[in-house]
Amino acid sequence: MELENIEKQIEELKAQVAALDKKAPENKISMIVFSGDLDKALASFIIATGSVAMGMDVVMFFTFWGTPMMRDKNKHVGGKDLMGNMFGAMLPKGVDQTKLSKINMGGMGTAMMKSRMKKKNVASLPEMISMAGELGVKIYVCEMSMDLMGFKREEMIDYPSIEFCGVAKFLEEAANSKVQLFM
Amino acid sequence: MSEEIKADKVMDLKGLPCPMPIVKVSQGINDIEVGQVLQAISTDPGSLNDFPAWARTSGNEILKTEQSEKEFSFYIKRVV
Repeated sequence: MELENIEKQIEELKAQVAALDKKAPENKISMIVFSGDLDKALASFIIATGSVAMGMDVVMFFTFWGTPMMRDKNKHVGGKDLMGNMFGAMLPKGVDQTKLSKINMGGMGTAMMKSRMKKKNVASLPEMISMAGELGVKIYVCEMSMDLMGFKREEMIDYPSIEFCGVAKFLEEAANSKVQLFM
Repeated sequence: MSEEIKADKVMDLKGLPCPMPIVKVSQGINDIEVGQVLQAISTDPGSLNDFPAWARTSGNEILKTEQSEKEFSFYIKRVV
């Protein structure tokens, strides 16, 4: 009788542990890159590549001002409306055109920072992105931001793992992540 | 009595800033067998905090840290 009781309890505990296992977050970091500033993008990719080194899976979501950076400067697509063309021209086409959020000074500050980064051996944004790709960092781009700004999938960068999604995909990943960041 | 630790692989990470030292080491550790020792030499002062943090997180062990004026040398035993 007693033994039966214990067996039953063990079964219950096993089921509970299994349920908890399912709920436990994965060793993963989810990042929203909202900003289109050079500095914040750089920080984002340093954290992303560092996270891989720390053994974590990394998922990055590019939304709003972060979206234009994910365009490939060498890709040109037609068939856009007037506003689409205007946004396309006004926003940075690719990471090379991003600017510092402070002391940009008409581009002079950004140029100075870039040359200093080079001198100090700090990886440039394009280098960071290609490294992130090699390390298996996943990139998602917000479909609605692209639609608002008139961007098409065909003009986005060539990256090993780039997909397009909405808020639900981010939330699914974030809910299963140990770390969530908004940049 | 400081015992000499023999490194099975040496990684020269001098001149590399964050996050490269730990990115490289996290890859380089896979080139040695469990139980072997990797020596990583960095000039990034942040490494003094970063390498132990990386080792704790990845489950590897730093056997010894040597520090000169500009260089930091970590002897890392691959545990996992």
